[in-house]
Amino acid sequence: MVMVKRKIRVLIGKPGLDGHDRGAKTVASVLRDHGMEVIYSGLHKTPSEIAEAAAQEDVDVVGLSILSGAHMSLFPRVREELAQRGKQEVLLVGGGIIPAEDVDALEKDGYARLFGPGTNTDEIANWITSEMQIRFESEGDEE
Amino acid sequence: MTVAEKKKPIAERLLEGDRNAVARLITWAENGDTRFHQALAGIYPELGRARRLGVTGPPGAGKSTLVNELVGELRREDRQVGVLAVDPSSPFTGGALLGDRIRMESRTIDPGVFIRSMASRDSHGGLARATIDACDVMDAFGFDDVLIETVGVGQAEYDVVSAADTVVVVLCPGAGDSIQAMKSGLLEVADIIVVNKNDLPGAQRMVVDLEEAVHIRLAGKGRWITPVVTCSAGRGEAVADVLAEISRHGEHLGEQGLSALRTQKRAGQVRLAVGELIDDYLWGEAGYSQRVASELDAGRTPYEVAGEIRDAVLRGERP
Amino acid sequence: MSKNENSMSATGSTETVNRVDARAIWQEAIDKARLREASFSTLSSDELQSLYGPEDVDIDYDRDLGYPGQFPFTRGVHPSMYRGRLWTMRQFAGFGSAAQTNERFKFLLEHGQTGLSTAFDFPTLMGYDSDDEHSLGEVGQVGVAISSLDDMSTLFDGIPMGEVSTSMTINGPAPIMLAFYIAAAERQGVDRSELRGTIQNDILKEYQAQHAWLVAPEPALRMITDMMSYCADHVPHWNTISISGYHIREAGSTAAQELAFTLANGMEYVRRGVAAGMDVDSFAPRLSFFFDSHLDFFEEICKFRAARRIWARKLRDQFGAKDPRSWMVRFHTQTAGVSLTAQQPENNIVRTAFEALAAVLGGTQSLHTNSMDETLSLPTEKAVKIALRTQQIIAEETEVAHVTDPLAGSYFIEAQTNRLEQEAEAYFEEIESRGGVVPAIESGFFQKEIHLSAVKYQRQLESGEKHVVGINCYVEDDEGPSIDIHRIDAAVEEEQHARLKDLRSRRDPVGVERELAAVRAACSDGGNLLERFIAAAHADCTLGEISQVLREEFGHFKEPSIL
Repeated sequence: MVMVKRKIRVLIGKPGLDGHDRGAKTVASVLRDHGMEVIYSGLHKTPSEIAEAAAQEDVDVVGLSILSGAHMSLFPRVREELAQRGKQEVLLVGGGIIPAEDVDALEKDGYARLFGPGTNTDEIANWITSEMQIRFESEGDEE
Repeated sequence: MTVAEKKKPIAERLLEGDRNAVARLITWAENGDTRFHQALAGIYPELGRARRLGVTGPPGAGKSTLVNELVGELRREDRQVGVLAVDPSSPFTGGALLGDRIRMESRTIDPGVFIRSMASRDSHGGLARATIDACDVMDAFGFDDVLIETVGVGQAEYDVVSAADTVVVVLCPGAGDSIQAMKSGLLEVADIIVVNKNDLPGAQRMVVDLEEAVHIRLAGKGRWITPVVTCSAGRGEAVADVLAEISRHGEHLGEQGLSALRTQKRAGQVRLAVGELIDDYLWGEAGYSQRVASELDAGRTPYEVAGEIRDAVLRGERP
Repeated sequence: MSKNENSMSATGSTETVNRVDARAIWQEAIDKARLREASFSTLSSDELQSLYGPEDVDIDYDRDLGYPGQFPFTRGVHPSMYRGRLWTMRQFAGFGSAAQTNERFKFLLEHGQTGLSTAFDFPTLMGYDSDDEHSLGEVGQVGVAISSLDDMSTLFDGIPMGEVSTSMTINGPAPIMLAFYIAAAERQGVDRSELRGTIQNDILKEYQAQHAWLVAPEPALRMITDMMSYCADHVPHWNTISISGYHIREAGSTAAQELAFTLANGMEYVRRGVAAGMDVDSFAPRLSFFFDSHLDFFEEICKFRAARRIWARKLRDQFGAKDPRSWMVRFHTQTAGVSLTAQQPENNIVRTAFEALAAVLGGTQSLHTNSMDETLSLPTEKAVKIALRTQQIIAEETEVAHVTDPLAGSYFIEAQTNRLEQEAEAYFEEIESRGGVVPAIESGFFQKEIHLSAVKYQRQLESGEKHVVGINCYVEDDEGPSIDIHRIDAAVEEEQHARLKDLRSRRDPVGVERELAAVRAACSDGGNLLERFIAAAHADCTLGEISQVLREEFGHFKEPSIL
């Protein structure tokens, strides 16, 4: 059998109207440097646009960035839209200005990790890499 | 998705119109996963309906913008369109930033359009190795057109020929594109040449130069004379002219011509696949690498070692 | 210890050495000394010398500095500077509903603030009504939601619009928002000619950095020239554009990029005004600037000084402005939001104080100091008050406001000021070679430059080359926020929906249609759009309705892919 060469595919999404993409773009660049294939959604996307892109691109990871304070409305909506497309298995992560109690609520909602301001970007990349390695190994022959 | 649906073979799901099956099969093709090869056998008889259009050209010529506008034109005719957009992988980290979705922003919410970004990975010909496979998947799914956008090509990176029925080469004035294209052989792969950004100075001059170059090369009866058309994809002008030439090229080929062309291209794909399989056999885990190393250590020249390996292979000796 | 020993070297004798030799001796000592780091650089990564002397800078006082209030204004735009009048302490405020922000405005005025500054929520900044589907979850979150003349009237209820000076931070729909403001003033019985204030209205930097746009660049620039010409005739005390480097810097640029891109944008507005047939002196005096003040204390001061000098030279020599007011860079400053940390947030008070001090030493006309909790949420009242008190301490206790441009003549300061000017000039050439500001925006040039600087800084931070207390040094374990968090009540969104529903049911639909049609007509027939927006505001057309007409007529901006 020809060796399977799996790459981690990531969608970095900017839901909502805030235009602060410094963090999203920086993280996208760092993940690329860690060997991932990264798709950036562009600004001002609706939850359904992000979920549709994630489905078409068959990404393993969806990372969202919001700095407008709208995370409690938009993050759960993205998760719902993903589930509607049968993409509930993707690794969901988020970043931005998110108070601790919201972090708890979002983690209960299916977000694997939320990264606050000042997080080391290599740490984000390493965490995603190890998380995906575990998933790739346990998935084995499943689709 | 229910468990029962999930258990259905993926090829079947694809043919039933499951968009996630499109996405997943392309992933498998990209990963060289053998499950793709099995699935391909299931969909192979369905292939051949989609028109496969390749769009290539130097960086900055406006490929994405043209593809975006072509998709718009095709949608006006109510055709379902699949787009494969290839971006380069970093040779150092293997990672890639795939930026074409942003460039095609206005199409991403249209349910009649499916956009897939592909990283070139270890291929150097301007296309991801799995692009032909991805075309097959989109074809089987039922897209009327599959548009392939290559990475910005420099010299001698013309894989797109192997994947497309019609190759559109996009150039723009003022960047030295035409001279570069003539020198590099890019014109020779073109079925249609588009001079984009036709509002820039030098556009008309460029058309004349290109037409001259093409006609000198292709004079001959009954042959397709590569047309040179101008447009401004950025302003959405004259894109229909490009599409008209694409259709005219299709008519020129005719059913027989297209079929012959495709067989020829499939043969190329077989050759490529054989090469990969043999390469893997020779240099994969159980291959000859060890033996080569020890022979070299023993002081033999690379040509002596190569000759020996060839003889061993021809004798059917396992490595 | 060892450094001091080394620096003793060949000196100690009392005989005088000539300066060249002295410098060589010093250089030798430095080369031998053990230093804390391999290299020392500014926040913008420009390598710094250990010391600046007369050999390192060419100071031509008359050509490059001059006296305050005189060309080229390097030392300040007013002869008396802060002895005449202190800078305006202007805290940016806005959140939730118009009524809530109105209360905050009154609170700030009562505590000695001297001007109002309005922040809008994202739907408003993007030209969507609060009840638009795009607005979900964002209404009132980072600023106040203003969808109509009614909202604007509520915002200024009980505040005499003829007396306060108001700053509004909005760009894409800025002309519409100014129309609401003018209409609200007229409802109060205040004539438009009495209004004083500033609207940001700097659309170019939106495409480059901040990303809240309404339509594509060319029509957006046309709306701006319409506004400049309307205000020159009817709202003479209004600053029509606040050309902003702040967002460019916050998006990750260096100080030199902030300076260069901001001034390049400013020159583009001037070009457009002139091309529209206006006399440069009829509108240039109403252009003002808005800069970031970051933590690199000296580099920031030099940036402000360089900005004044470059602009004066360009306006006088390149654009032929005759009125000295056209040559002056008058600017507002905000301390750097990106320099604040969520970790040990009280430390942000200290950072902000240094940044504010740099702005004052750089000669700012007005200043916003950030609140310590802004990386966590919108500022609480207590945090806002401390931020305001920080400015008051600088003004009342440090005595720095007594002397104008006190750092002038410092070899280091003048060398850095010159360097920043040169770097800006190099960028102006680069932009020119790309066909000008708009083509460079469309090809993503600025966006890419800013992105690369942001990534570079992040790498330096993570490799430990740059230090931030609480992030990569002096880190504490338990860093949960020890301060209160200000949350926006989700009810604001529902209230806004109800208000809009009510407005739509009681307004005159015929008038709405008529005024929207007039806006549409002006898009293509060249009529002054601001005039049409004011009429539409009075007819209770909403922000979203007017914006939609503009989107349909003018088309949207396609974000270039720069990654």
